[in-house]
Amino acid sequence: MNSNFKIFLKGIIDVSPLMIPVVPFGLIFGILAIDIGFTPLATMGMSLIIFGGASQIVLLQLFSGGASSLVIISSVGAVNSRHLLYGAVVSEHVSDLKLFWKIIISYFLIDQAFARSNEYFKKSNDKNKYFHLIGGGVTCWVIWQTTTFLGIILGSAIPEKLGLSFAVPLTFLALLVNDFRKMINVIVIIISGLVATLGYNYIPYKAYVIVAAFAGLFTAMILTKIIKKI
Amino acid sequence: MSDWALIIYCGLITFLTRFSMIALLKKEMFNDRIREVLSYVPSAIFPAIIFPAIFLDNNGLIHLENNPKILAAIIAMGVGIFSRNILATIFSGLASYWFLIFVV
Repeated sequence: MNSNFKIFLKGIIDVSPLMIPVVPFGLIFGILAIDIGFTPLATMGMSLIIFGGASQIVLLQLFSGGASSLVIISSVGAVNSRHLLYGAVVSEHVSDLKLFWKIIISYFLIDQAFARSNEYFKKSNDKNKYFHLIGGGVTCWVIWQTTTFLGIILGSAIPEKLGLSFAVPLTFLALLVNDFRKMINVIVIIISGLVATLGYNYIPYKAYVIVAAFAGLFTAMILTKIIKKI
Repeated sequence: MSDWALIIYCGLITFLTRFSMIALLKKEMFNDRIREVLSYVPSAIFPAIIFPAIFLDNNGLIHLENNPKILAAIIAMGVGIFSRNILATIFSGLASYWFLIFVV
């Protein structure tokens, strides 16, 4: 078996457990979009063109609330600003690649694939290790498109009472399990979480995500410096 | 603005946030100190998605009393710390959430 394909497969396997909550998330998105009044084609278009769960849900929320296009686009940008940090982390590992591959990788740079491939990139020295991220991204892409489609078809046959949207924060919680044992990480987690929760209503354009992220990173910067001095 | 134009602009801005750093940063710009701080990126971002989804209600108000999500998240976290297993974490959280809203 070709070694690039092996890395690609490893990406698929590593990201798979994280894909289970993507199923209800995609269904919910499809159902909501139709409910709000988007056509089935436009709903599929969102999943294909944007390919980002949080961005698409924010688009729906603000659109249904009657927000202007400018507010919607800037809010989607604010929610997505976390990708700037993902990109910064990943860029070190892909900086020698051709523009074509950088574009492909960017399209597939989603939360789950980033989290799993970031762990893999730190351990691997293979020059084609980026296939891991593509494997994870493609897996999520297939599931996201399929579940969006199913959501459009099934519509309101799925009861809202199940509270499946709770699967979304649980996914992100599961991504942090290795960090709960480390003191600095725990402090960073608490700071970021508090800033986001308290700032949710006061920071405009849904920018609370990136404000909280920078508060957390700033905390990490200080704490790692202090601890080295001791 | 038409629905399609809105979707395309949102798609473009999403892509640009993912692409810009990958396109701009070079390997030579990294050193151990930057790498160390960047290793905290997941811990700095994910809680900003987790906490509001657990502690805020649909109207964006802080909801602490009788909130089954808090207990379910704590159980999931406990399971996660001990098992270090992603699936066990997600399912224990969902199962306890359903237990709390349907049974208790």
